[in-house]
Amino acid sequence: MKTLNVNGEPVEVDADDTTPLLWALREQLGLTGTKYGCGIAQCGSCTVHLDGVAVRSCVMPLAAVNENTKITTIEGLSDDGSHPVQQAWAELDVPQCGYCQPGMIMAVAGMLNATPDADDAQIDSQITNICRCGTFQRVREGVHLAKEITLKSKGEMA
Amino acid sequence: MNKLFESSKADGLQGALNVSRRGFLVTTSTLGAGLALGMTTRPAASSSMPLDEVNAWVHIATDDTVTIRIARSEMGQGTLTGLAQLVAEELDCDWDKVTYEFPTPGQNVARERVWGDYSTGGSRGLRASQQYVREGGAAAKMMLLQAAADQWGVAASTCSAIDSVITHGPSGRTTTYGAVAANAAALPVPTKVTLRDPADWHIAGKPLKRLDTADKLTGKLVYGADINLPNMLCASIMDCPVMGGKLVSFNESAISAMPGVKGAVAVVTDEGTDGVAVVADTWWQAQSALQKLPIKWDLGPNANYDDATLTAMLEEGLSADEAFVGNWGGDVEAAFASAETTVESVYKCPSQNHAPMEPMNATALFTKDRCEVWCPTQNGEAALAAASAASGLPLNQCEVYKTILGGGFGRRGAGDYVHQAVKIAMAFPGTPIKLQWSREEDQKHGFFHPSTMAKMRGTLDADGNLTGLHMRISGQSILAGLMPHALVEGADYLQFQGVIKAGLNPAMDDHSICYDIPNVLVDHAMRNPPIRPGFWRGVNVNQNTIYMECFLEEMAHAAGRDPLEFRLALMKNQPKSAAVLKAVAEQGGWGKDDGIGRGLAVLHSFGSYVAACAEVTVDEGGNLNMHRIVAATDCGIAVNPQQIEAQVQGSFVYGLSAALYSENTLKNGEIQEDNFHTYPSMKIASMPKVEVIVMPSGGFYGGVGEPTIGVAAPAVLNAIFAATGKRVRQLPMRDQSLRA
Repeated sequence: MKTLNVNGEPVEVDADDTTPLLWALREQLGLTGTKYGCGIAQCGSCTVHLDGVAVRSCVMPLAAVNENTKITTIEGLSDDGSHPVQQAWAELDVPQCGYCQPGMIMAVAGMLNATPDADDAQIDSQITNICRCGTFQRVREGVHLAKEITLKSKGEMA
Repeated sequence: MNKLFESSKADGLQGALNVSRRGFLVTTSTLGAGLALGMTTRPAASSSMPLDEVNAWVHIATDDTVTIRIARSEMGQGTLTGLAQLVAEELDCDWDKVTYEFPTPGQNVARERVWGDYSTGGSRGLRASQQYVREGGAAAKMMLLQAAADQWGVAASTCSAIDSVITHGPSGRTTTYGAVAANAAALPVPTKVTLRDPADWHIAGKPLKRLDTADKLTGKLVYGADINLPNMLCASIMDCPVMGGKLVSFNESAISAMPGVKGAVAVVTDEGTDGVAVVADTWWQAQSALQKLPIKWDLGPNANYDDATLTAMLEEGLSADEAFVGNWGGDVEAAFASAETTVESVYKCPSQNHAPMEPMNATALFTKDRCEVWCPTQNGEAALAAASAASGLPLNQCEVYKTILGGGFGRRGAGDYVHQAVKIAMAFPGTPIKLQWSREEDQKHGFFHPSTMAKMRGTLDADGNLTGLHMRISGQSILAGLMPHALVEGADYLQFQGVIKAGLNPAMDDHSICYDIPNVLVDHAMRNPPIRPGFWRGVNVNQNTIYMECFLEEMAHAAGRDPLEFRLALMKNQPKSAAVLKAVAEQGGWGKDDGIGRGLAVLHSFGSYVAACAEVTVDEGGNLNMHRIVAATDCGIAVNPQQIEAQVQGSFVYGLSAALYSENTLKNGEIQEDNFHTYPSMKIASMPKVEVIVMPSGGFYGGVGEPTIGVAAPAVLNAIFAATGKRVRQLPMRDQSLRA
C-alpha cells in the first residue's frame, strides 16, 4: 500500500511502484476522468497536475510520487466545474466527443498556472495534446476566454 | 477475404453509408406510420422505460423535465443535440428542461423497432431521422394538448402551447406539460401530424449549446473505457499481428503468478479475429501480463505481404483493361484523339487508421441465459446482433447499453471488439469483463481507409476548354470487404463518391459529380489487398476529391486559365456547387497578389454542397504554414449552425492531419505504425484558422459531419502549388519537399 495525496485528500493505493499513475488513478481510485489514449505520453489525454504542473500520468510510475506530491485530477480541478478553463469551455461549447478534453483542460490549466497571460505562441508550444475531433480552434479561443475570466474574477476580488 | 466479414451482412454495418439508404427506406415503409409517430407497442411492464412516457420519443416528468430519446449514437458530432432540437421544436417544450437518454437496442427490438435505425454514420444521424423524430415531437404535443383540453372540458383546438405551458385561449387558463403528461400517455397516438416550416423554427435551426457538454468538463462522463461493474475483471487482447493468421498456442503458466492475473483465453470470433486475451483484476495487470505471455502464431498466407506488393497491385489496375464504370458521357477516346493538349498525372493516397482517442473497448456480462454488453458503438443494433452471434443466445436474451463514444469516425460501426468481449466473458460466466484494447492493438487492427491510386487524363481544345477527362481509380473496395451484398453486379458504386454520374445509382445521388464535362469516363479497377477496409470519415470522398480537384487545377494551369473561372465554366448547371465555390473564393481573397498561395476545392457529397479556399505559404526550408481556410457548406437546412461550424473546423483537422502525416504501411503483413509517435496527428500549433460559412439554401437536409473533409486536402495541395509551383500527388506530405 502506498499513500498519495489526490485532490487534497490522502488516499491509499494497492499497486506496485512500476504501475503508471494513470492506472492507479483510474483503477485503484476510480478517478476515470483521467483518460488512457496512447500510454506513451504522445496524446495528453492522461494529463494531471503534480504540484500544479501538468504531466502525462501514463508514463509516470507510482515510484515518482509520494504522499507529499499534490496530485490534482480533472475531478479535483474545481468542486463544481467552475475553474476558469471549465467555464470558458462551457461558454464556447469546446468538446466534441470530449474524450481528450479532461487532459486538454488540465494541460491548459497547468499552462495558465505558470503563464497566466499565455499568448498564441505559448499556446502552440505548450499545448501539444491530440484531439482527433479537431476542437483546436475553440480550444485556442477557450484559453483566451479563460484568461479573461480569471482577470475579471481577480478584479472582483480586489 | 470476404469471409472475414460475412457476419456483418445481416446487421447494421449496413447503414454506415448512404449506399444503404435503400435498405433504410424499405425498413421504414414496412413499419409505416407506427415508426414515425411512436405509436407501436407500449413498453412492457418489465421494461426499464417509464410507463408514463408520452410516446416513444418523449418522456415528461411531473417537474416538466423533458427526456428526449435518442436512438442514434453520439460520437462528438453533436447528433444527440440536433435530434433533441428537432423533437423539441415540434413539441414546443421548454428547452432549458430538456435532457436525453439512449433507448437500448434490446428495447428497440422488443418494441418493433419503434426508434428505427440506430446506425450512425455517413453523415446520416440527422438527415435520415429528421422526419420521424419531428413527427414524434409533434404527435406528443398533440397528445399533451388533448389531455389538457379533456381536463378542462374544452376543444383541443382552443388550446396552444409554448415552452411546456399549455394555455386555453378563451379562458386564459394554463397548465404545464408535466401536469398532464400522465394523462396524455393514455391517449391514442395521432396518426397524422403537421410539421412546422423550418422558416418558423425557434429551437431547431438555432445555434444552441450541446446537451452533453457539462459532464465532459469535469471527468464525470462515463465512456465505455470507464465502465465499472461490481466484481468486474479487465482484459487486454492481442490479435494475430498479420491479418488471416491464427493463434497456435500460448504458455499461460508463464504469467499465472503475475499480480492479479486470472487467466489467459484464446479468442476466436466470427469476425475473423484470432488472438489471445489476458484477464486480471485491473487492466494494467492484464496488459503487463499480456506483454510477457509467450505466444506462437501461424502468420498465415499474408506473412510476406508488404507495401511494395500493394503498390504494384494498384499500379497494375491503373491501366487494366477491365474496370467498373461510375460516370460516362460523350466519347472520351475521341476527345483524346482530337485533343490540342493532353495532360496525364498519377496520384496516390495511403492506408490510414481512424485512431479515435478512445481505443476500442466493450464490457460484457455472460450467463447461460443472458448476455449484456456496455460499449461505445456507432451502431447499437449491430452491437446487439454481435452479442447474440458471439454468445449464441437469441436477441431477446441479449442487451446493449450504449455509452457516448470517445470518437468514432467510422471505426465503431464494426462489431469485432464486441464479439471479442463476449467470447472472453463466456470464459468467466457471471463475471463482467471489460475488454480494453491498447493503442497498439487499435492501430494494428483497424478497418483502414483504403489506399487507392488514380490515373487522371485530360484534354483541352485550342481555346483551353476541358474537352475530355478520364479518371481511372485503382484500389480496394470497402463494400467488397465489409458488405459484398451491397455490390451491384460486382461494382462498388460507393467507390465513386463525389464523381459519380447523377442518376446512375439512386443511393449515390447525394454524391454526384458537380461538373458537366463534355466527354467523361470515371472507372474503377477493383484491387483488394489483404487489409480490412473501413468507412473512414468522408470515405472515398477523400481520395476522389484530391484526384479530381487537384487535377482540374492542373488542367486549368495547362490551359493558362484561372482555376476558379475554369471550374465555373464546367458548373453552369450546378448552381449550388457554384454558389459555395464563389463564396469561398470571395471571402478567401481569391485573385489577390499578396505572396500567399491560394487553392480551391469543391464537392457535392453526403447531400451537401461544400467548398474551401486555402491560404498557405511555404518558407525557404520547405515548412508549410497554413494561414487560413475559408470553408462553405450548403446543407440545405441547418439544424444547429454553431455545431455545423464545429464540425467543419474539426473535419479540416482530421482531413489535414491525414494529408500531412497519416500513413499505415505493411511489412511482413504487419501494420508498422503502432502509436501516435509513428502515426502523428495534428496539434493546435498546426491547425489553420478555419472560417466557416454556413449557407443553407433550404428545401433539403444534407450531411454535415463529413462533406467538408473532402475539400480539406485538395484545397491545401492546390494552395501549395500556387505558392511554390510544386504539385504534390502522393500523400502524406510529410517527408516530401514542398518546394519546386
